[in-house]
This record gives sequence, C-alpha cells and structure tokens, in this order.
Amino acid sequence: MQETVTLAHGAGGKQTSELIEKVFRAHFENPHFTPDDAAVLEVPAGKLAMSTDGFIVSPAFFPGGNIGKLSICGTVNDLACMGAQPLYMTCAFVVEEGFPMADLEKIAASMEETAAQAGVCIVAGDTKVAGKGQVDGVFITTTAVGRVLDGVQTGGALARPGDAVIVTGDIGRHGCTILLSRDDFGIEADVTSDCAPLWEAVKNALTAAPGIHVIRDATRGGVGTVLYEIAGQSRVGFSLEAQKIPVQESVRGVCGMLGLEPLYLACEGRLVIITAPEDKDTVLEALRKSPHTEGAVCIGTVTADHPGRVILNTEIGAQTILPQPGNELLPRIC
Amino acid sequence: MREGKTEVIRRAREILDNYRGKEIRIMEVCGTYTHEIFRQGIRRILPPSIRLISGPGCPVCVTPVDYIDEAVCLALEHGATICTFGDLVRVPGSGRSLMDARGQGARIRVVYAPQDAAAYARNHGDEQVVFLSVGFETTTPSVCLAVQEAEAEGLVNFSILTANKTMPAAYEAMRGSTDAFLYPGHVHAITGTAVCEELAARGTSGVVAGFTARELLTALAVIVKRTEEGSPFFENCYPRVVRPEGSPAARRLMDQMLEPCDARWRGIGILPDSGVKLREKYAAFDARVRFALPAMEGRENPACRCGEVLQGKCLPADCGVFGTGCTPEHPVGACMVSGEGACSAFYLYGG
Repeated sequence: MQETVTLAHGAGGKQTSELIEKVFRAHFENPHFTPDDAAVLEVPAGKLAMSTDGFIVSPAFFPGGNIGKLSICGTVNDLACMGAQPLYMTCAFVVEEGFPMADLEKIAASMEETAAQAGVCIVAGDTKVAGKGQVDGVFITTTAVGRVLDGVQTGGALARPGDAVIVTGDIGRHGCTILLSRDDFGIEADVTSDCAPLWEAVKNALTAAPGIHVIRDATRGGVGTVLYEIAGQSRVGFSLEAQKIPVQESVRGVCGMLGLEPLYLACEGRLVIITAPEDKDTVLEALRKSPHTEGAVCIGTVTADHPGRVILNTEIGAQTILPQPGNELLPRIC
Repeated sequence: MREGKTEVIRRAREILDNYRGKEIRIMEVCGTYTHEIFRQGIRRILPPSIRLISGPGCPVCVTPVDYIDEAVCLALEHGATICTFGDLVRVPGSGRSLMDARGQGARIRVVYAPQDAAAYARNHGDEQVVFLSVGFETTTPSVCLAVQEAEAEGLVNFSILTANKTMPAAYEAMRGSTDAFLYPGHVHAITGTAVCEELAARGTSGVVAGFTARELLTALAVIVKRTEEGSPFFENCYPRVVRPEGSPAARRLMDQMLEPCDARWRGIGILPDSGVKLREKYAAFDARVRFALPAMEGRENPACRCGEVLQGKCLPADCGVFGTGCTPEHPVGACMVSGEGACSAFYLYGG
C-alpha cells in the first residue's frame, strides 16, 4: 500500500476499497460492521440516547492519546452522561491528501482499542480525502447510540440546592497537554491527557445510586464552564472549596506561568457529577473502585444562594467569584 | 508543612481582622498582585480602613495610546510584521487597535518571549520583524538578550519598538497617593531593594511581597503592624526570591545596552527618566530609527478614566463606561484589556 493518502483513496475505486480493507476493516471488524450501505441493527427495549461529535484536535497525536482515541471517548462519554450504555457507533473520516498512511493506521488501531474498552461496536464508516491544505491532517466525526439504564434520568436542569458536586479526578490535563504539545510556549512539563472512556465508571456509580441528578463531561471550557451551564439550567449557585479541587502539580505550575485557571482547562476523561447529599459517599465509593475515576472527590455543594454564580472558598477563608467563562478558550483542543 | 502554612494565614488574618486604626492606603504596583488579590478574595476580608489601590503596575495598562499608533503605523504603512505579547493586540489606539490593523491585512503575530520574535525573523528573511517591547525591569533583560543575539548573528530584519519603563519614577509620582507600597517582587528580584530603602528614609513606606495567598496576606499584615508602630519602614517579605542586591548581571546587561529616557505613562503623563531606549550603538535594532517614525500625538478616548484608576483616584466602577461601553470583549481602555488590569479584575470578580 502507498505510504501516504492520495485523492484516489477517496475516489471510490480500487484504492478506496484497499484503504477500507487494510486500515479500517482490519481494525474495526466485528459482526455488526457492514459491508453494505447501512448497518442493520437490533433495537433494544427502553430508551435510546444518541450523540454526535466532530474532532479536529491539533496536533492529532499528543501525550496520552490521539485524535482516534479522543473520537471514541468524546462520543461514548456524552452517552454515558445521560446514563446510556454505548452500543453502536459510526465514524466519518476526512483525510488530507498526503497524510501518512502509518499515522492513519495508528489512529485506527487506537480507535479499535478504545472502542473495545468502551464496549461499543463500530458499525459503519465513511472516508473522504480532501486536497492538500483543505483540511489539516485528519478530522473525524463519530456518532453513537446507547441504551439508557432503566430508571435513570440525568440532566443539567436537575441540580438541587444541597446536592454534592463531585469531580472524578484531577482536572485540566487534556487542555494543558494540547497547549504544551503545540510548542508555542517553550515550556516542558510532564503532563499527559486524561482522555479515557468513562461508561464503566458511570455504570458503577448509577448502579450504586440510580438517582444521580447531573452527569456532565468537562470537555471544552473545563469544569468551570460546565458548572456555569448547570447553574443557568438549574437556576442554582455553586459553592466550591478551592483547596479540594484536584489539580496535578505540573498542571498547576503551567497555569501559574501562563495565567490560566485550571477550572477552565479542558478535560477528556473527567466528569462533573451532582447528586443528593445522602448518595454522595455511595457514589464516591463506586467511582473510586472504577477505571479512570479512582481520584473522585467532592469539591463543593449546590446552593440556593447566588443563583447563576460559582463561588470559591479560598485557602485564606475568603470567598471569591469564579469569573464567568471568558472568550479566550484555546481553539482546536478536541 | 501544611500546618505551618495554615498557621501563618491564621496569624496574618488575626492582625488584619482586628485592625481598628486610621485608614491605610496600600498601593499594589504589580498587575499580578492585583489579579491574585481578587482571585484569593483578599479584598473581601479586609476591614474598611485598609484600602487597596491598584497602581500603575501592569505594563500593558500604562502603555500610552501613541505607542499603539506607532505599532499600527509600522504594520500598515511600512508592512512590518509585528510580534507582540497577546494582551497588546486588543488595546485601542487613537483610531485602531492592532486587531483592527490585522483585519486590514497587517501581519500581527502573538509571541510569548522576545526570543520567539527573533527566531521568527531568522526564519522569515523577507519580512521586517518588529517586536513590541513593553514591560518593566522584569522583562527588559530578556529583550536585551534577544537584541544581543540578533546582533551576534547579524540579523538585519529584526528590530524592537521600545516602551520599557523603570519603576523608581513611578514610585516618585505615586508617593503622595499611598501610605505604603506593595512593591513588585519580580521587579525587585532584578533591581534589588536599595530604592525601597531610600524611599523609606524619605518617609515612604512599603514592603516587597511574594505572590501566594500566604505571602500576600503576610505582607499586608506586616504593613499594618509597622504602620501602627509609627515610623516609615521598608521590609522584604519575599526574601526567598528578592535579595538586597538584586541581580547585578541583569542590571549590567541593561546598563550596557539601554539608556534612560523620558517616557509617557497612560493617564499619568511624561515622567522624566522613567523609561529606557537602546543606546546609539544598537540603533540598528531600534524600530523608530530604522523606519524613521515620526513623533505621534495619541488621542485617548475621553470617556475612559484608566489614568485616574491607575493612580487610585477613582475606582473602575466610578468610570461612566465601565461594564457598559467598556467590557473585556469590547475594551475602551487598556485596564480592561489586560488580565492584570484593575478594570478587568473588578469586572470579572465584582468589586
């Protein structure tokens, strides 16, 4: 096979078939993967959840993952937030002419591995090749459906005053990793992306406490943006203990140097979970025994006071407002 | 260790919480202090008699309008590629900001260090590259290094537009507006503390502080204690970084390459010998010389009160356009642009 992707690979002829066979089918093969125009699937009983997401991260390879792994995690985690077990997924690639075949292969391998971890079947796909310069490297769009666990109802409007606010691990690593991999700052730090599929952890948490009110993955905009969104949807406020917010030392260091707030850095494997106070310990215990959420902690509570605002209690015993999400979020992080 | 830290915070709070004396005005002359004070909620715990004033300590905020006009002129009239710290891009000039200029086809690149600008020039031999050199004694040495390297390798397409300022003149100008300075730790890590000692001898008090919540709170508690004792004082509350002699090597480098000049501070006006420019020997790297820039007369937006804010003469909320005509998304004045500016901090965290 050729060493780079050419326009012919997207033309629908022999080379397209070869690409699909040798790269995609080789990694995605499963009983549901269709050779026809559409996958035909059994529909489970109960409610379905469905989500789609496009991925254009730059660089496509970064410490802790690549665009392929990210494209699986991002979409299955969206389903997980609604309490849905991911079942089937489609993926559409737009590849730039001249993209190294070996890199595409690595991306596909990483998608295979992550899909297996997440328990999702890739059932259909599409490949287009765009001329040099028309896209940057490779863009991937994934769409997935999942089955919502019986009796579970989560949503951003369901937070109630008194609820506990949990994050499932240290925050901001993905955003920090991408920032440093672009090499604009001349800073080196030992940070890897937190990118991970989270269904297993969510399933365990929901099995232990089916009444969880809100689950959100803190991707673009980070935990801070998610909290402001929930504050708006649920018309509540948040009161956080600044010192309980888990941030890796190296991430804190980079943020200090660049004047960034870790609460606004993207995560790709961290959830914000809001639950009734009586379920807090059950949820924490379930998360701490699950993959990728061992570092779960409670960082604060939902309040009826100051609706629409996120307040931080700082180490000196003062209260301060977390500034509203700004306009200088880093582009192309996912 | 952790307990020690909590104990220090507890003791500092005790001193601050129990202060019942006369009003103390404390001017923080460093944008990072301003930001950190808000981020930690320090203003909210101080008794009303301790008043914090955000002084002229944010390099972007004190940069005058005519400097932006010069940069826009270099970009649009002379076709130069402008390399700048990100904050400056959105600061309004008399007519246009650099962002507006970019919309009209100017090449504006955001860099994080002067060395990045020199490297860009090295890789783009067909462009004239100008680095916008703003900052205090903290950043000026790295600009000197970039010019020195550029000279050593014979770069002919790299120059700098200087608006570097030195702190002592600002202290002189602000002496009457404050009871004690919170001197900028990183500036004095370079310059040493002789100037602070000398100001104390002439009746102006102050402390050098660190940047963590504990260090800031300690510095404020020291100011309160020493003010109660009565006589003018200076104390170095950041000894792990600031030594009395500062960094002689950095100062030698600056002396070698730069000479003092009068400089305009936004809202304050021209202060004699408060800036530095390249010496004759390095004139080839001085953008004003290279492009024979005419002197410019900047026009500030008359509605903007940044100048008074910088001197502690009014609070951001006293300005008629604060939060309405002037927001971080659509700034009218420099203090709303920079993350270290007082207006931006008041806007984001609430007064």
